[in-house]
Amino acid sequence: MYNVSLPWWAWVMMGVGLAVFVGFIILSVRRNHGVKRSLFASPYTLWMIIFTVVPCILVAYYAFTDANGAFTLDNFRHFWDSNHAKNELYATMGDEYAGYITRGTVNVDTLVYSLWMAFLCTVICLLLGYPAALFMADRNMKIGATIVVLFIIPMWMNFLLRTIAWMSLLEDNGLINSFLRLLGFEGVQLMYNSSAVLLGMVYNFLPFMVFPIYTSLSKLDPKLGEAAQDLGCNEWRTFTRVTAPLSLPGVISGITMVFMPSVTTFFIPRILGGGNTMMFGDLIESKFLTEGNWNVGSALSMIMMILILLSLGILRKADPEGEGGGIA
Amino acid sequence: MKKPQLWYKKLYLGLILIFLYVPIVVMIIQSFNAGKSRAKWEGFSFRWYGELFQDRSIMQALQVTILVAVIAAVVATILGTLAAIGIYSMKKRPQALMMTITNIPMTMPDIVTGISLMLLFLFTKVERGFVTMVMAHITFNTPYVILSVMPKLKQMNKHSYEAALDLGASPTYALTHVIIPEVRQGIITGAMLSFTLSLDDFTISYFTTSPMVQNLSTLIYSKARIGIDPTLNALSALMFVALLVLLIIVNRRTAESKA
Repeated sequence: MYNVSLPWWAWVMMGVGLAVFVGFIILSVRRNHGVKRSLFASPYTLWMIIFTVVPCILVAYYAFTDANGAFTLDNFRHFWDSNHAKNELYATMGDEYAGYITRGTVNVDTLVYSLWMAFLCTVICLLLGYPAALFMADRNMKIGATIVVLFIIPMWMNFLLRTIAWMSLLEDNGLINSFLRLLGFEGVQLMYNSSAVLLGMVYNFLPFMVFPIYTSLSKLDPKLGEAAQDLGCNEWRTFTRVTAPLSLPGVISGITMVFMPSVTTFFIPRILGGGNTMMFGDLIESKFLTEGNWNVGSALSMIMMILILLSLGILRKADPEGEGGGIA
Repeated sequence: MKKPQLWYKKLYLGLILIFLYVPIVVMIIQSFNAGKSRAKWEGFSFRWYGELFQDRSIMQALQVTILVAVIAAVVATILGTLAAIGIYSMKKRPQALMMTITNIPMTMPDIVTGISLMLLFLFTKVERGFVTMVMAHITFNTPYVILSVMPKLKQMNKHSYEAALDLGASPTYALTHVIIPEVRQGIITGAMLSFTLSLDDFTISYFTTSPMVQNLSTLIYSKARIGIDPTLNALSALMFVALLVLLIIVNRRTAESKA
């Protein structure tokens, strides 16, 4: 299983790299002087060029070429044209069959759907997470620290296992439906729709919203709130005028940490959505692994990257100092 | 002063925690169910735990996961610590460039990182498997090590290194006896971060390995597509308990060292 089958030149390159690096260390030890410390970054630089810069260039290369390697913009055109194809299908089949056309064949729709789902997920996480963070950071709350730990524990469990756990609750024969039947109700279809996917996303990403907000709230000086109250603010005004604006960096960092993985997730829609809820991540994955179309797949990856960079840019503007901080 | 109202806050946090824990609790209960059905309780048994340890693919995946995480964490820590020291002593321009490169894999969505690495391995005709997975993990771990070590370097007194040199230490001696001890905490944080990131990674592993060499995440994925396998319940229950025990031990230790 662990047998290594690299081409010969990869071994040569690795050998040379290692020899140079070891030689350089031995030399610096022997001579006991003047190896520039900035050279310490050279193995890392080499590594990142091979494993980050070159792969990025490869994605761009495939995105702008056709199967024969000639320059083309067709891969991007395909992305826009797929809606045209959908309209043609509607025209021939009639609107009542629209539901039978899988979203995956329509790229723009898939992208809009992913963005919409990610947006909903972010909003729900914010609405659920902000009060949670606020209450956890409450200084009168003695058990706040314990609750923080309780929030972290599920995050450490493999997220695939956590998502699969929802399956046994939501299935047709799952716990919720069995319970409903026990009470004499009809079973409901809970899985394989957008709501199930949304639930899975909120479940997985909620802690990413809670922690940055909690961090920025617990760093707040309690004297600020007291001062506001001394100056005649009631609790609500203290919150809207003092606490909320000061927690904004945490909110922005939380939004980033929830929105980004939500747009690109492909496991959650696969498991909880069945085939009915293709998202942009699924689409890219299937372009590469099912259709084997690297060119269109690369173009879609580039579109996703550009979107991510754009939204990051917007969020950076809102929080220029990057004060939000992460979980750490 | 009026007494602060806490009950509704506790109630709210309780509800959120129930939301977070219900699926986990259900899974743990089901792992003891004798039957395969998830809706019906057919009696208490350790059947799935037995099958879990007999399942060769799961045991092998566990081995791969831990091995990859250890190798990737060790290499990434060495590579990242050296890089952080190097980048820190660079001039402003190259330093900014290096930090941008470091930020690329962190801002890139996992799926794009995975796909770009897959393209690299396909393009260079390197067969995907254990080694490529390790390489991919080192790639996404190293920036996290750098970002944990960098702040410690910045906190360090700039002159202590020079002072060591003035007092006759060689640069190597000053490095191992002055700089490294100062940033030790950052190195440990970075190593632990890479280890956990590797353990939990699914997307990047999925694209950089072959179906012959799977880690736990990719194995769970391929099993979940067929349907729920009760052995997975047993696996989750065990992982959850292991985590809990680990956490309690760590907590005890920190509490003791504080006392």
